[in-house]
Amino acid sequence: MFEKILIANRGEIACRVVKTCRRMGIATVAVYSDADAEGLHVRMADEAVHIGGSAAAESYLRAERIIQAAKDTGAQAIHPGFGFLSEKADFVTALEAAGLVFIGPPAGAIAAMGDKIESKRLAAEAGVSTVPGFMGIIESGEQAVEISRDIGYPVMLKASAGGGGKGMRIARSDQEVVEGFRGAQNEARSSFGDDRVFIEKYVEQPRHIEIQVLADGQGTTLYLGERECSIQRRHQKVIEEAPSPFIDPETRKRMGEQSVALCEAVGYTSAGTVEFIVDKDRNFYFLEMNTRLQVEHPVTEMITGLDLVEWMIRIAAGEKLDFGQSEVKLDGWAIEARVYAEDPVRNFLPSIGRLVQYRAPTESKAVRVDTGVGEGSEITMFYDPMIAKLATWGDSREAAVEEMRRALDAFYIRGVNHNIPFLSAVMAAERFQAGRLTTNYIAEEYPEGFQGRALPDVQRNRLVAVAAVLQLRAEQRNAGIAARDDLGAPPSLQALGPIRRTVMVERDPHAATVTVEGEGFAVAYDGGRHHIESEWRPGQPLFQGRLDGLPITVQVDAAGPRWKLTHDGATVDVLVLRPRLAELAALMPVKVPPDMSAFLLSPMPGLLVSLAVAEGQEIKAGEELAVVEAMKMENVLRAERDGKVAKLHAAPGDNLSVDQAIIEFE
Amino acid sequence: MQEILQELERRRAAAREGGGQRRIDNQHAKGKLTARERIEVLLDEGSFEEWDMFVEHRCNEFGMSEQRVSGDGVVTGHGTIDGRLVFVFSQDFTVFGGSLSETHAMKIRKIMDKALEVGAPVIGLNDSGGARIQEGVDSLAGYAEVFIGNVVGSGVIPQISMIMGPCAGGAVYSPAMTDFIFMVKDTSYMFVTGPDVVKTVTHESVTQEELGGAITHTTKSGVADAAFENDVEALLELRRFFGFLPENNREKPPRRPTEDPVDRDDYSLDTLVPPSPNKPYDMKELIRKVVDEGEFFELQPGYAANIIIGFARMDGRPVGVVANQPMVLAGCLDIDSSRKAARFVRFCDCFNIPIVTFVDVPGFLPGTSQEYGGIIKHGAKLLFAFTQATVPKVTVITRKAYGGAYDVMSSKHLRGDVNYAWPSAEIAVMGPKGAVEIIFRADAGDPEKIEQRTEEYRKLFANPFVAASRGFIDDVIMPHGTRRRICGALKMLENKQVQDPWKKHDNLPL
Repeated sequence: MFEKILIANRGEIACRVVKTCRRMGIATVAVYSDADAEGLHVRMADEAVHIGGSAAAESYLRAERIIQAAKDTGAQAIHPGFGFLSEKADFVTALEAAGLVFIGPPAGAIAAMGDKIESKRLAAEAGVSTVPGFMGIIESGEQAVEISRDIGYPVMLKASAGGGGKGMRIARSDQEVVEGFRGAQNEARSSFGDDRVFIEKYVEQPRHIEIQVLADGQGTTLYLGERECSIQRRHQKVIEEAPSPFIDPETRKRMGEQSVALCEAVGYTSAGTVEFIVDKDRNFYFLEMNTRLQVEHPVTEMITGLDLVEWMIRIAAGEKLDFGQSEVKLDGWAIEARVYAEDPVRNFLPSIGRLVQYRAPTESKAVRVDTGVGEGSEITMFYDPMIAKLATWGDSREAAVEEMRRALDAFYIRGVNHNIPFLSAVMAAERFQAGRLTTNYIAEEYPEGFQGRALPDVQRNRLVAVAAVLQLRAEQRNAGIAARDDLGAPPSLQALGPIRRTVMVERDPHAATVTVEGEGFAVAYDGGRHHIESEWRPGQPLFQGRLDGLPITVQVDAAGPRWKLTHDGATVDVLVLRPRLAELAALMPVKVPPDMSAFLLSPMPGLLVSLAVAEGQEIKAGEELAVVEAMKMENVLRAERDGKVAKLHAAPGDNLSVDQAIIEFE
Repeated sequence: MQEILQELERRRAAAREGGGQRRIDNQHAKGKLTARERIEVLLDEGSFEEWDMFVEHRCNEFGMSEQRVSGDGVVTGHGTIDGRLVFVFSQDFTVFGGSLSETHAMKIRKIMDKALEVGAPVIGLNDSGGARIQEGVDSLAGYAEVFIGNVVGSGVIPQISMIMGPCAGGAVYSPAMTDFIFMVKDTSYMFVTGPDVVKTVTHESVTQEELGGAITHTTKSGVADAAFENDVEALLELRRFFGFLPENNREKPPRRPTEDPVDRDDYSLDTLVPPSPNKPYDMKELIRKVVDEGEFFELQPGYAANIIIGFARMDGRPVGVVANQPMVLAGCLDIDSSRKAARFVRFCDCFNIPIVTFVDVPGFLPGTSQEYGGIIKHGAKLLFAFTQATVPKVTVITRKAYGGAYDVMSSKHLRGDVNYAWPSAEIAVMGPKGAVEIIFRADAGDPEKIEQRTEEYRKLFANPFVAASRGFIDDVIMPHGTRRRICGALKMLENKQVQDPWKKHDNLPL
């Protein structure tokens, strides 16, 4: 076994690898860029080596510096994590030349699976089901139309070197094929410097389901069940689960066995993932193979009880798999939600900045948090804006979903925008709970974009009860301000008897009567009733306790006399008053905030560096509008939709505050 | 007897009616509460005892003898906020537009005088059209009576003004002499002369809102300390604010029970100051993470935002916080920020509220507008205020403490009690670059040499050690332990006593 491993990565995956190494008694070396000098992975590893500038191209993609760092520290092997150098065959070759072990598949397998067209050919040869399509290079629009007619519409045009949705086009007619072909070719050329495009059948109601494989290169290749990753935004996975709610044992076996056959055909070793697209009739087609650990591997670990990183290390060290396919058992259900620094109500625009407050849910057998950040960490523009991976386990899918909802309620992040409201909304959605997923789930469920979740009555009533309890706790504590030794303590809530309060949720009044009952409070409201027990005290960000005997978590932010309560994907503004004061509050005018949708607002305080448009100019969605420099970083602000510039409200050189209007649209 | 009782009830009912239902409805239609409704929101339930409900004006001119309303346009009395005594006057716009008559003023003076005697704060809820013109000079004399009450009470009992409607002309000067002025957005305004007079005299066209609305006074003039959304929120926030203040200058501020541990470390503070000295960071994050429960009642947040002032609690005890804000003008001191902080420091010192100062100051803002505006004297106000203050003073230098501004910001030299520095602190006459350009002027043409000298200077002064070696810094502390250290220092200083030589009063550079 290795004595020391270098981890050629950063963030949560680097931390995750360190954890396994520690458990195995292996020393670890972290590498870091300028931006990551204070990174969690740097603090967690036994040693850390600075390898260059903040941009990945100056650090985490610099193979020679990483190899040098391994030599300098005496590391024997390198774990690449995912992304960066994890699927670069050249890197593997260079490592081997330097006498270092790559913890991953051989260079040949990486190369074979790295090209979309080549990998498909190999898969078809190995007997893996592939999407009907044309494997060769397409020369012209006419040829593209011919091929498309052969396959049958709809078809998908894809860049050979593509990924992340770039260079992809769906076509449903000859006309669309001609246009799509040109578009895909251009995009492929500009994004990848490779304009090869191929065509395949477009699968309707597609699901993304992938098989985890593990091969020891000594005769044993196993499949560890599937993961369904259909919930995607911008072709990036957001929610993954294992097993899939759609796959039956028979299909699982066929997918698994084909995946194993492909691995054996290319001489694969280590952990890998074979991705399939599955149609509504459970026909599955090979998509591609990822020759590395996947981001979403925790869900597989949670239902198999295996540590994939441990096995990658053991296999790289020459060990054999000590169990067979029949010993791979899937136990229960696991779901992973990726917590991103992004604004879900602004089309998932990345959000950067300091994690001013960050509290992850408590880890347990049922809750796993993989993260590379902590309170006070910076989410920078240089890397993926993922904050954490939250995975939950239950003995059924329903139980895992419930666990996830609670864990998301307890995930308290302030300082950057994040997608927890969106994740909670998906977990709460009837369609998700029924498992009716496709890769178009988000577009289908939120055609106008995610606009936040409207809280159903059940949850609203819970918050009414919680708010009443919060308020009484705060009021009772404030009564202690006057407490002096000569006056004695203020009367207890118990002594006060039933207390009436009006809970204004936004502007809707709910009459509530609170009585001390047992260890907690009984709150009667509008005809309903809840019993609440909680140790919450003023100042704590999480209200945790039991509501009618069931666990409940509500995030509490005090805002002057009001409370902002966040629960189950929604944040509501609550004001709790004595009934008489609520009557008076009802007299207060409704102040409608000015409609700012026709404005480009500065997303952060900063300096307006430049304006790319003039008054009266027509603009297209995605077009650059302005550049705002904040913290010495230039942020390009782009048009969210087509329109026309009515007025410029700021000039280059102006200092902008957050939400200050820069451009007004017509 | 029965008759008297009936008459009493009738009179009470009439007084409660104020200017009548129609005017009450008008008041509501404007989004405002009535004088009595406001008191209901402000005070603890059932705690209000009204005085002088039956007082009427004495004017007989202009048909005024025909119009007498019990209470004469102001509701006065006392009650409690979270159980603590407070005197209140609340002007009633439904009665003669809340205008101030001789008797109206007398009612206000009466509660002010009693408040002074018993040592309890006075809160004024202002909603008045101005002087009772029919009374002429009697009304002006009334204003002066109130002014005297304000001045005599200043520094003895806290006085707070909440502007909840018009407040114009002579009426502005009573709030101006109280300790804090709060306003309600969209429904309150304050000015010495209104838009009509402005138009006549200077030909400027300006709305009431632009001239003296809540936004104007909380962002442009700095006259008001905070603005709130509506009457109810304003009064609820005033209740919260009241909890930070002692009843008078002989009392310590009240302690509020808290479950926030005194020794709570916050490791995220270790990454608050960015590695680059030119990068800003939000000083409010430090304040919120250090104080009890993250609760910080900031005053004047929209005015001179390069300095932060406000109240918080540490281990349950109120403190006044003064801090440079690196995110605005790099946190430098200028005219507005010096005046803003100086007045706040003096309030804290009047009322036994310890001062916690967080320093990241690159110096005073240079420029003609500052010099012509008298930065010399305005800057001296803050210097004077910090020096003069004898309450416990704890200071933490987080990063830059340059030049005269370092001295000013509650340094050891100005009788700071406990002065800490974070390891990132740089205490020097100026930044390394500027210093080297002066000291090594001869090398100006040689960038390499300058670079080398700058590095030397940085090594020598861009750290807390020189100041610490002189004893100007009591200790270098880790950011994560800041709360623990400040709480400890405040506990140690709890019974601090300093006696300055007798004087009638000081001569602050006004």
